[in-house]
Amino acid sequence: MTAVSLPAARTRVWVGWPLLVLLAGSLVVMTLLAAGSGQLAVPPDEVLGSFLHGIGLDLGPMPSHPQGDSALWAVRFPRVGLAVVVGACLAVAGAMLQGVFGNPLAEPAVVGVSSGAAVGACAVIVGGVSVLGNWTIAAAAFFGGLVTTVLVYALARSGGRTEVVTLVLTGIAVNAVAFGIIAFLTFVADPGAREQIVFWQLGSLNGATGPAVGAVLPLAVAGMVIAALVARRLDLLALGEGPARHLGVNVERLRLVVVLAVAMLVGSGVAFAGIVGFVGLVVPHLIRMIAGPAHGPLLAASALGGALVLVSADLLARTAVENAELPLGMLTSLVGGPFFFWLLRRTRSRHGGWA
Amino acid sequence: MIGLRRPRVPEPHEPGAVLAEAAGADVARGPRRVLHGVSLTVAAGEVVAVVGPNGAGKSTTVGLLSGDLPAAAGTVTVAGRPVRAWRPAELAMRRAVLPQWTTVAFPFTVTQVVAMGRAPWAGTALADDETAVAEAMAATEVTGFAARTFGTLSGGERARVALARVLAQRAPLLLLDEPTAALDLRHQDLVMHVATAHARAGGAVLAVLHDLNLAAAHADRVAVIADGRLVACGEPRSVLTPDLLTEVYHREIEVVPHPRTGAPLVLP
Repeated sequence: MTAVSLPAARTRVWVGWPLLVLLAGSLVVMTLLAAGSGQLAVPPDEVLGSFLHGIGLDLGPMPSHPQGDSALWAVRFPRVGLAVVVGACLAVAGAMLQGVFGNPLAEPAVVGVSSGAAVGACAVIVGGVSVLGNWTIAAAAFFGGLVTTVLVYALARSGGRTEVVTLVLTGIAVNAVAFGIIAFLTFVADPGAREQIVFWQLGSLNGATGPAVGAVLPLAVAGMVIAALVARRLDLLALGEGPARHLGVNVERLRLVVVLAVAMLVGSGVAFAGIVGFVGLVVPHLIRMIAGPAHGPLLAASALGGALVLVSADLLARTAVENAELPLGMLTSLVGGPFFFWLLRRTRSRHGGWA
Repeated sequence: MIGLRRPRVPEPHEPGAVLAEAAGADVARGPRRVLHGVSLTVAAGEVVAVVGPNGAGKSTTVGLLSGDLPAAAGTVTVAGRPVRAWRPAELAMRRAVLPQWTTVAFPFTVTQVVAMGRAPWAGTALADDETAVAEAMAATEVTGFAARTFGTLSGGERARVALARVLAQRAPLLLLDEPTAALDLRHQDLVMHVATAHARAGGAVLAVLHDLNLAAAHADRVAVIADGRLVACGEPRSVLTPDLLTEVYHREIEVVPHPRTGAPLVLP
């Protein structure tokens, strides 16, 4: 009888934990490499030394270059830190959206939540509002993301489920309106704000500063905590709303909480980095292929995987072309777009139509 | 998302206790009444079969008793309390529902799907998940493909996995909407034996069935629903009569006793 539960147990023990450890290890290595790369190169051991000294541990060598330490703390660490936060947020938000829509094609940028958050942030920049100080842009992005998430959710669902066609078409409509508003804001903005907005549409970590990371971190952490709390209930939602309710899930409340968490995560992801597409699609999908669809391991591994992907992509964006920086969102879209298309084709052939 | 107080685990009930009761219940879908004054009980120890033509209101009856659909008039109680007054988690410890179709959005394995039935008990003293899951899978004969994903199963296999998920929930009251629809003869029999065993062990089962002979052979009572009304309810012998069935199904129907068991055999 105990043999029956072995397959599940085996998945947990032999795929889940090693995957998390592998991802966490790769993330640390990649973070050290990324922080050390650029016009002023610092070896990984010195990067680690500088970081440990900075947080009060006298371990490891300090950077040998005279400007090394200050360059790391002023430019590189905020940038890599923002990449970690943004990547983790977008991947977890994608996984949660997919769970709550019961649809593997849901993604913050595809369904328009990212552009909604961008509208919120743009409006604040153009309007010159700063009532909440550092947190103003993050709060506005959260609010924009929240409104859009609720809107997409209400528009794309009928009879308790979301069809692929409806979801994608809703995304097109929401994106169209959002980009229309952003275009208007760009039109009325002064040159400084205009430049900032153009950055957004491309998606970039160029604006990363220590305070920026500090501003999005609380929102990101809150979103992650909620994600961890609802993971098991998202599993039950895979059965549909009725059966989930029969299993004791308060579906209405779960939906509300997930929508809030997605808005927090996407708001954190978009506020200072702009629209970086497809991370929330590609990462959870790959994790699901390796570790299975259970949301506990999926959300945890997506957070690490998303951070890893974005740190790596940003490193590529900074270093691929000499003395120039490629827009990060362009890179992720170039990879993610075809991936999305492949997923779409596969979904169609599997369900024998646009179910 | 964390409840303010721990959910109340069900008290043991007496044999024959009424676990679900509808009294003069109406159900409205928009302006239309789809159920009129249905009064029906399901007691511990019995299997009640709900039969009737397509669109008569059988699934609506399940929806009414499960708490999915509000009663526009009358009352519905589960375990002695109005069904919609229970918190979802507490209701889930008292009644399990098998829907007509089960779909699973992501590639969960059979074991994972069945284990979802344990969700209401998480954190309680009764969360003996492994045994409940293993027994449910053995009873429905799905252990052989435990590691396969739900999407790769045949219709009959899916139906049995869905039933296993409902059994793993270990609720006293089972509401089964067409549990035998996708199954061959042997597995139809298997499902009805599972239902009977649940009743004999002190549980209560309400099952929507299309096959009148299956109802006659396995149910303690049969409820006939036509045009949104409960037309008759009682022992199979007294309910499944040629006159009543001919009237309800609008066609000539014969009923003869089974040569060996004596149960009514319905011949269309």
